Order: sequence, then structure tokens, then C-alpha cells
Amino acid sequence: MIDKLRLELFVIGHSPRSKTAVDNLRRILDSTMPGEFDLKIIDVLEQPQAAEDSNIMATPTLIKRAPAPVSRLLGDLSATDTVLRGLGIDSTVPNKDDDDNK
Amino acid sequence: MTTSERGRKIEKLLTGIEGFDLVTNGGLPVGRSTLIAGTAGSAKTVLAMQFLVEGTARGENGVLVTFEETPADLRRNVLGFGWDVARLEAEGKLAFVDASPRADEERLEAGAYDFSALIARIGAAVRRVSAKRVALDSIGSIFSQFKDTAIVRRELHRIATALKELSVTALITCERNDDYGDISRHGVEEFVADNVILLRNALEDEKRRRTIEVLKFRGTRHQKGEFPFSVTDNGLIVIPLSAIELKQKSGTLRVTSGSTELDRMCGGGFFRDSIILASGSTGTGKTLLVTAFTAGGIAAGERCLTFCFEESRGQFFRNAAGWGFDFEQLEREGHLQVITDYPEVMPLEDHLIRMKQAIIDFKPHRVAVDSLSALERVGTNRSFREFVIALTAFVKDQEMAGLFTSTTPTLFGGTSVTEAHISTICDSIILLRYVETSGEMRRGLTVLKMRGSAHDKEIREFTIDGAGMHLGDAFRNVAGIIVGAPTQLPVSTR
Repeated sequence: MIDKLRLELFVIGHSPRSKTAVDNLRRILDSTMPGEFDLKIIDVLEQPQAAEDSNIMATPTLIKRAPAPVSRLLGDLSATDTVLRGLGIDSTVPNKDDDDNK
Repeated sequence: MTTSERGRKIEKLLTGIEGFDLVTNGGLPVGRSTLIAGTAGSAKTVLAMQFLVEGTARGENGVLVTFEETPADLRRNVLGFGWDVARLEAEGKLAFVDASPRADEERLEAGAYDFSALIARIGAAVRRVSAKRVALDSIGSIFSQFKDTAIVRRELHRIATALKELSVTALITCERNDDYGDISRHGVEEFVADNVILLRNALEDEKRRRTIEVLKFRGTRHQKGEFPFSVTDNGLIVIPLSAIELKQKSGTLRVTSGSTELDRMCGGGFFRDSIILASGSTGTGKTLLVTAFTAGGIAAGERCLTFCFEESRGQFFRNAAGWGFDFEQLEREGHLQVITDYPEVMPLEDHLIRMKQAIIDFKPHRVAVDSLSALERVGTNRSFREFVIALTAFVKDQEMAGLFTSTTPTLFGGTSVTEAHISTICDSIILLRYVETSGEMRRGLTVLKMRGSAHDKEIREFTIDGAGMHLGDAFRNVAGIIVGAPTQLPVSTR
């Protein structure tokens, strides 16, 4: 990959669901490519225009801006396999014994 | 005010959409959501946009939440109605919340979510332009954007609640599968159940018929049943038939029919505020009657508007010239306006709107339509009936005399659909008939009905020559003229 992984996570304030999404994302990223990404967390309540510009309907929403193609992941990111697929990360890398199927 | 309204009167917001405010008895319930359900192509989006654009003209700004088309598409699509949405946005009167799907992105669901972002965006847009009106178009397409319909339903409910808290008057569109089936796809009505309006675009006898029906308005009154509407160059116009107040003015002012003999038969001319129906088969002199009516009015200093649906302008002018009237000159001088149209060029609703507009613009003293029955074939029986009722009600309301002709389907009398619909509404009926006597074809005229006046009840011979029409003696020894079977009576019976 030439492009660094560039992510935007849209959340609503400090809701429990937002916190879960941030925690899940950090856990997945830390276990796969620590330091190799750029993550921006955007609070829709503080920056509605940013949400407007990106057509954000549901929260939490994670957008992978780079590398191409752009993809969008809805939800609290508890489905680890789906997140890895959406981010284009080789699914053999993470530890499979995680609790993402609970 | 009735007792059911007492104590919980719900205020209404005038939308500014012509006819819509009459059918809804004053507009949409203020601070509430109204569901607009309709099949594909039933003009839901036009109505939603018009609601907002009309609002901006009244100092009530608006927000459009679009779930289907992109704002760019919408801006372009409504330009044809003369709505410059981009300008309204630049002026801070209108804002979009774009929730249309992005086709170019991969989209995955990876856990629990809600629509808080959308609700926050709607709130932000409403505050940014101080919106009083919000439209959501169309809510059903959210179901195709998300996998879990249970979540969508729960979140739609939250959106409805949020709209209430924003105290905006909202219009929410949604799809229906067919014009006479379930209220909406996905049962959306349960979230905004208070007020439901249906838009229909039904196919009847191979003709499209658009109608609007207020199904329910909780706690407030509205007109019942379906009302036709049309999508014009200026947006949607609802034709509020039963909401038209029939102010029966009993004016005693008489105006000339254009023929002194016919005036005499009618007991001194037509009443000014009246509708006269002239019925006869082809060639019995209906157009001549219209020509005389037109010329007679102008000679008396009136302005006259004539609609021709059977002849071209050239033909109508040539005929009139043959009887000594220079209609082209009279039109140039502004005494007359002749409008000729092929009936098939537009649906009946559009004819009605154009005719009403022509009457409003020209402000005539009298109106002639030759022939009304030519319009029968454009619409269904039902829409024709509604057209006739709406047109006659409008003409009467303008305090004008109206002469409408009707062509009977058979040469010797018979009745047309036009007569079936109009005979009870019109004030006078003149019948023109062929009369066969002793191997000769002659024409007969009789005044069948003359509301509020005595009239000649005889069937008089009607002749046409280079000077126009003449009414002669009554047919004394012929019976069965009107029913279309004239028989010569022996002279001894007189």
C-alpha cells in the first residue's frame, strides 16, 4: 500500500454506542497496524456540516477515505470480521479468538 | 364551530398551493407531520418542493430532507416549475439535508447504530435557516438503504418525535404499491399517523387521472373524497370541486342573445349570471348561435371570450365574416378573444386551468364554448363531469353569461354525455333539431328551460342565410321533433 490508512469516525457526543465504536476500532487497529493510520473522530453534534458533507445518516459511521476504494461502515464496529473486510485488512492478521461474535 | 372542535382547535398552516388549502380546510396542521402517500409518479416530490417554495414566499423558510434524489438532481428537476432552489439556498431561505444514497461507496453494517446523525443534521439545518416547514422525501427509500427494518422503524419513530420537538410543520412523503391498496409501503403511516393525504395517478379508461384525498386529519376538519389535480408549469393545482361554493345569484339583469327573436322567446334575453346550454346535432346552427351571442354582446359594449374546440380560428372567423361580423378586427380592438384548441392537446384538468386563467386574464362579460361536448373524449366520464361542474361554477361565480354548446351524437336529437352532466346545472336549455316535413329538411329551435322566467314553449322554424339566423313560425303540424322522430300530422288536427 502506498496510501496510509485514513479514517473518519462520526459519533454522537459521548453516547455509550459512540464509546463502544471508538473502543472497538482502537482495539482492531492496535492489534493489526499500530501507528500506521490516521484517525479523525468527528462529533456530529459539534460539526453538523461535516456530517452534512459526508451524507452521514446513521451513527456511528466509519469512513475509510484511503486507500481507495472509499468504504463506509455503519454501527458500533462490534462485528470485527466485517470491519476488517471494510478496511481491506487481511483477515488472518487479527487474533480470531476475540469476543466479536457474542 | 361544532362541539367536536371545541377546546382543541388545531391551527392550520396555509400552504399557498392553489386549491390544496381549500381541500384541507385551511392547510396543514401546524407543528405536526402529515404523510403524503402515493404511487410512483404521483407528484409527491413536486408537492413536497412546492410546499417549501411557497413557504419561502410567505416568509416561512424550509428544509428538504432528501432520501432518494440528490440535491443537484432536485434543483435541476424543479427548474421547469420556475423554482430557483439554488437562489433560495443562497438567500438562506431553504436548505437541504442530503440523505440520498452514495452509489460510489462500499457500504457495510458492522454493529448496532441509530439515526442520531440524521436527526442532528435536520435540527442543525432547521436552526440555520430558522425553518418553519420541513419536507422528507421519500421516507420509504430508507428501508432499501438499511438491512434491519426493525431498526429503521424504531428510528423513523424517533425522527417523527424530533420533528415535533422542533415545532415545524412537516410533510413526509412515502410510496404506495397501488392507488387503491395499503396506505403505504412498509406501513410507514403508523409513525406519522395523525394526518394522511393520498395522491393518486390512476389509469381509468386508458386515461391518467390525478387526484388528492385527505384520508385523515386528527382533530380537525377537511374535505372528504378525491379531488382532481393537475401538474402545471407552476406546480400542482388542486381543483376543489365540492369545496366550490355555489353562490346562486338570482340576478334579474338581462343580456341579449344576439338575436332579437330569440330574446323574445326567452322572455327578454338571457339572464346575465346564467349558463345556457345549446344542444343540437352537427349543422343545426350551434356555431351560428355562438357567433350571434358573441357579436350581440360586443354590440352591446361587452367583452366576449370564445373557446372553439371544433373549428380552427380561421374557420370561425370565416364563418363569422360570412354573416357580416369582422371578428378579427374586434379581437384586435380588444372586444373579443377567441381561443382555439384541439381537445386532445392536454388533459381535462389542464383545459380547465387554462380556461379559468383566460377568463381571469381577459375579464370578459360573456363566455362561449363551442362545443363543450368536444371535450368529452379527452377524459373519463367522471373527470368530464367534474370538469363541467367546475367550469360552470367558475363562470357563474364571475357574474357572466355563459353559452355552452353540445353536439348530440345522432342527427335527429338524442342526448349527449354533456347534457346528462350539465342539464341540471345550467339555467337555460335551447334545443336545435332537424325537422323532416314533406320530403324537406328544415331546422327547429325551442327553449326547453328558462330558469326564473316565462318563455316561448313553441318549436320555431330556424333558418340560416347570409344575414345570420332567423326564427320563424312554430311548426304546427309536426309531432315528435324533440325526441328525434318527427311525424307529419293530418292538417285537420291542426
